[in-house]
Amino acid sequence: MCLAIPMQVIKLKGGSDTLLDPQIAIVETDGIQKEIRLDLVDREPVIGDYLIIHAGFAITCLDKRDAEENLSLMREMAAGMEDIPEGGSS
Amino acid sequence: MKYVDEYRSRKMVDVLRKELHEITHTPVRIMEVCGTHTMSIFRHGIRNMLPRQVELVSGPGCPVCVTPAGVIDAFIDLSRLPDVMITTFGDMIRVPGRQGSLADARAAGAEVEIVYSPMDGLALARKNPNKLVVFLSVGFETTTPTIAATILAAKNIGLANFAVFPANKIMPPPLRVLLQDPALQLDGLLCPGHVSIMTGAAMYNFLVQDYGLACAVAGFEPTDILQAVIALVKQVQSGRQCVENCYGRVVSEQGNRRAQELAATVFEPVDAHWRGLGEISLSGLALRREFAGFDVTRRLDITVTDAPEPPGCRCGEILKGICQPADCPLFGTRCVPASPVGPCMVSSEGTCAAWHRYGGLTDTDTFNPE
Amino acid sequence: MKNQNNCILLDHGSGGLASQELISSLFLQYLQNPLLHQLEDAAVLAEQHGRLAFSTDSYVVDPVVFPGGNIGELAVNGTINDLAMRGAQPLCLSLGVILEEGLPLELLEEIIMAIARAADYAGVPIVTGDTKVVPVGKADKIFINTSGIGVVEEGVDISTSQACAGDVILLSGTLADHGMTILTSREGLRIGGRVESDTRPLHFVTRAIISRFGAAIHTMRDPTRGGLGTSLSEIARATNLCIEIEEDNIPMKSEVRAACELMGLDPLYLANEGKCLVIVGPDKAEEILTTMRSVQEAGESAIIGKISNKHPGRVVLTTLSGGNRLVEPLSGDPLPRIC
Repeated sequence: MCLAIPMQVIKLKGGSDTLLDPQIAIVETDGIQKEIRLDLVDREPVIGDYLIIHAGFAITCLDKRDAEENLSLMREMAAGMEDIPEGGSS
Repeated sequence: MKYVDEYRSRKMVDVLRKELHEITHTPVRIMEVCGTHTMSIFRHGIRNMLPRQVELVSGPGCPVCVTPAGVIDAFIDLSRLPDVMITTFGDMIRVPGRQGSLADARAAGAEVEIVYSPMDGLALARKNPNKLVVFLSVGFETTTPTIAATILAAKNIGLANFAVFPANKIMPPPLRVLLQDPALQLDGLLCPGHVSIMTGAAMYNFLVQDYGLACAVAGFEPTDILQAVIALVKQVQSGRQCVENCYGRVVSEQGNRRAQELAATVFEPVDAHWRGLGEISLSGLALRREFAGFDVTRRLDITVTDAPEPPGCRCGEILKGICQPADCPLFGTRCVPASPVGPCMVSSEGTCAAWHRYGGLTDTDTFNPE
Repeated sequence: MKNQNNCILLDHGSGGLASQELISSLFLQYLQNPLLHQLEDAAVLAEQHGRLAFSTDSYVVDPVVFPGGNIGELAVNGTINDLAMRGAQPLCLSLGVILEEGLPLELLEEIIMAIARAADYAGVPIVTGDTKVVPVGKADKIFINTSGIGVVEEGVDISTSQACAGDVILLSGTLADHGMTILTSREGLRIGGRVESDTRPLHFVTRAIISRFGAAIHTMRDPTRGGLGTSLSEIARATNLCIEIEEDNIPMKSEVRAACELMGLDPLYLANEGKCLVIVGPDKAEEILTTMRSVQEAGESAIIGKISNKHPGRVVLTTLSGGNRLVEPLSGDPLPRIC
């Protein structure tokens, strides 16, 4: 029900006044940029962070460590699988 | 795209698919409750990667689909008023009420703008000071805080010509309604990943405690979905049901407190009507009294009337996962994406629309690689 | 021609002096060719050998100027491409323009310059034309119609009905560029980054492959509105054959792909204005690919799939992650979704 994608913070701007000039981020992925609001994130992002973007707002920061752990687990499984001959499943 | 493409890798999908086929030895019935999951499952062709014993059914997780026809009618009536500009997510444009859709109203001269963010609605209000710019506020826990933040921003800058039409909903009450229905025999729930960013994985604990349901919080890429299905099959087969967070890179146990607080500042729970499911206690959200000035229904004294479901339509059962789109006599004949009859066909992420677009018309086994 | 506001007036469409002035000072200044300059009621063309192809298309687009081009180029290239898809070499075009009163002359000049540039580059002259003006609100800035005539050489027979099982499907470049450009030009849907229209003529590409490979070229289509998904569905239905495509092999600019992800759009249904689908016999496919890639307009060509008898009338896509799904024709304008 809620489309959201990760984009990386490349610039932070504003923030001089929480009411009238709230901080916003320029985020990027694959050469496209979007200006997004940070009202909802529960920790201040820094440049290089990946934010999950939904409807023009960052809704959370992506935990890079968790992501890499999960990916390396899958890569290990994939590497292990390559040693087994194909066609053995179900 | 970083943190997207990796999770679509054919190699990793293969590995997970093989594991799933290896471990599955009993029938497991899983509901994906989120429309974005439904879309992703079809778009990536995941349904036909699953073992025969694993059945996926789609639940009421498309906010557009569950918005009652009476509310759609009220949106359209509103769009016809002079000096009103409607701003909305694209999803809402073709949803039919009793007298056509917003697209029809636009064709007849109404001002209807599609926006990516509710903040774009606010920007349009600043640009058009002589118009009342209304944002059609639909969405679940993920989207509601973005609208709350927009309303707070409008309040902060003292913007008087911006308002919303509140029709937001929350997930737990309809989940209870579904699980109390004896016709729906569910083993597991693929929990919506982006709702969970906001609510936290702990929100689903009641499903395990009260209904013995296996739960896995899932992301939206193929490896995310397969990992969660594997987790659910393992839970069901071992009899050790719990809430497993398979989307740990963005979902925490307690969720996004700041977003929760913001949403609670602006909105409060009310009873709400769901298309296909009927009235559900405290399942909707209304603006708190302090924000009444931003509520177009209070500002213009709009009342929403009940609208009956279209005759012959089985969306109610489809939303509950009791029947599949192909079981409905209207599906693919009178009810098609270009002229939808029921709510599940109207939004691109509705179950029927996704089936229609991405191949539910044929037997999925046809393409099973096995 | 100048007036106080430097814009189009109803007088410019009256047929009188203002009309003549508009035509000579704008249209004729940029669209220079002897046939047009005669200003006769019709252009009389030289004698031609071969069968004639004849096509027409009307162009309305909002915004009229967009990254990568404007409605002018679109109108020239679009009709050239329609002719090229039947294997014709375009000979000449007509140009009909409907202007909204109040259209800034500067904008009109920009569009006419684009028309002239596109026609020059393509080597296809505009030999006859017409201009009308309608009151404010009766048209949206500018509507253009172009019609074109082309010649089909002896032995060339390119049509949907020629496609057969075993054929290979090529696409002449990246998908969804134009559709995404127009969508992200709308207020509220803007994004940063290089997303631009692919408007371009395709007859250089089609000439290159037809002249070398002739009968091996079975079918050509330009997937404009409705996108690749709709074009392929139409071919599958018309021939009752199965089209199998690989998502992995479909060329896409990373920016366009990312924008699709951001807005929940399926690139298979977004418009292209300078891409062709070429369906060819399997033996020559690799050579045809090499030839296509040697032409500037099709440098990123790729083999995207094949035709079979597996699921008659259907288009089956193998997804990036190795799943399969059916591709149905587009129903309704593609809209960004958020939920």
